[in-house]
Amino acid sequence: MKEPESLLREARGILREKFLAADVGITGANFLVAETGTSVIVTNEGNGDLTQTLPKVHIVLASIEKIVPTLEDMSQILRLLARSATGQEMSVYTTLSTGPRRKSDPDGPEQYHVILLDNGRSTMLGTEFQDMLRCIRCGACMNHCPVYQAVGGHAYGWVYPGPMGAVLTPTLIGVDKAGHLPNASTFCGRCEAVCPMHIPLPKMMRHWREREFERHLAPSEYTSNLKLWAWFAKRPPMYRFAARLAATSLRLLARRRGRFSTLPMAGAWTKDRDLPAPQGGTFISQWKRQRGSRR
Amino acid sequence: MTGARDLILGRVRESLGRAGATGEDAARRERVATRLREHPKGVVPEPADGKDAVIGQFMAKAQAAGATVEKVKRDDIARAVSAFLRSHNLPQQLRMGADRRLKRIAWQTRGAPERRAGPSDGNDLAGLSYAFAGAGETGTLVLFSGADNPTTVNFLPENHIVLVDAKDIAFDYETVWSKLRRKTGAGTMPRTVNLITGPSRSADIEQTLIMGAHGPVRLHVIVVTN
Repeated sequence: MKEPESLLREARGILREKFLAADVGITGANFLVAETGTSVIVTNEGNGDLTQTLPKVHIVLASIEKIVPTLEDMSQILRLLARSATGQEMSVYTTLSTGPRRKSDPDGPEQYHVILLDNGRSTMLGTEFQDMLRCIRCGACMNHCPVYQAVGGHAYGWVYPGPMGAVLTPTLIGVDKAGHLPNASTFCGRCEAVCPMHIPLPKMMRHWREREFERHLAPSEYTSNLKLWAWFAKRPPMYRFAARLAATSLRLLARRRGRFSTLPMAGAWTKDRDLPAPQGGTFISQWKRQRGSRR
Repeated sequence: MTGARDLILGRVRESLGRAGATGEDAARRERVATRLREHPKGVVPEPADGKDAVIGQFMAKAQAAGATVEKVKRDDIARAVSAFLRSHNLPQQLRMGADRRLKRIAWQTRGAPERRAGPSDGNDLAGLSYAFAGAGETGTLVLFSGADNPTTVNFLPENHIVLVDAKDIAFDYETVWSKLRRKTGAGTMPRTVNLITGPSRSADIEQTLIMGAHGPVRLHVIVVTN
């Protein structure tokens, strides 16, 4: 057996015992259906089903934006979910749970509790972040995000990574704590383009940047450095001169090694990795040379 | 608890600018009631053309999702089930519920699979269920809980054999919901409705797709014709 397969077999065996022994199973919900009082979960593994079938008690913990009116409304969104998440037409298990086991049922939980969480959702209504409540957690925005691809999920530091996390996390823990997330975006717009629920993610990240600016939350060195950069950027000859000076001196300083393990004012970078020294001149000088050679 | 509920609903109304606007509130409530009562359909994919095409698509999609599928006559169910068990070198033993359609199967007198009734405790190698319906758009089986088809049979045995009558295969999920409402009454549901599309799987380890994560490793679908 190949290694991933033997790992999965091992996990299946050990976790199966735990599922059979558990007294209480806790699941979330992909949807809550108002028409029937049903909670719905979607998985490929079946872990959610063992959780809500085997223990004596099934507890559903879900936030209020998961509520859809009818089974038809659920079906419509279901068609988008797996296609946007994994490219499957339908996930393997979509399970609708309504209440505890019935009198004639030979299995299923004896108790069924649904806990509806607000957790900031009702205050998002009526604001520029309202559209975020449509999110179905498919992950399409992450799969297409160049920033997420480069840094990975854990770098976002909280439950929700990727573009949707960059919008949602500040609403849940505050822009003062999570303001760096909506700033770490190139605004390439792929997240919005692939979102099946048409959530304008870059626009909302911009709103967070505005709020952060309004509340003067950006560190002072950030704003002062930006001002310094702006002064040069508005004076192209000065900008080019400074860039040339910096590139040349850094190259000379780095000598043959070509990189720095420590550098004043770049401690945050060099703490974890080396800073490569500029090679071969500034962008403008390369641009001039390449255009010259093409003619 | 009611206090928290009122608080949240109050905040929702306030955020939507509807606090105190009773006239508008009544109209909104009416819209909600109408939607729940009439459950209008959203965008539904173009159905396959004709009943045979729908069954054909159901079989093709279920296969694409990793299930094995065959179409057999009602009289041949027992033979098909036994052949499946034999082809995977499994003992002739089945866990199954009390579905009348399962009981009516013409099991052969000699060498028929040993049938164990009731829910599975995780020690069965193969389970047999009868589906309520199939949805051709994605090759999805629709099963529900009850004495007839215990939910544990769908998940605990490594091999799951599901029978579905050809006449019960609809194209879209919406048609299945209408059928369910006719059976159980509007707004009423069985404890569990399982939509199953292929066998259990995971690609969590090294993004390698492997069948049989927590549920069945194999799903065998038998479309039953008369």
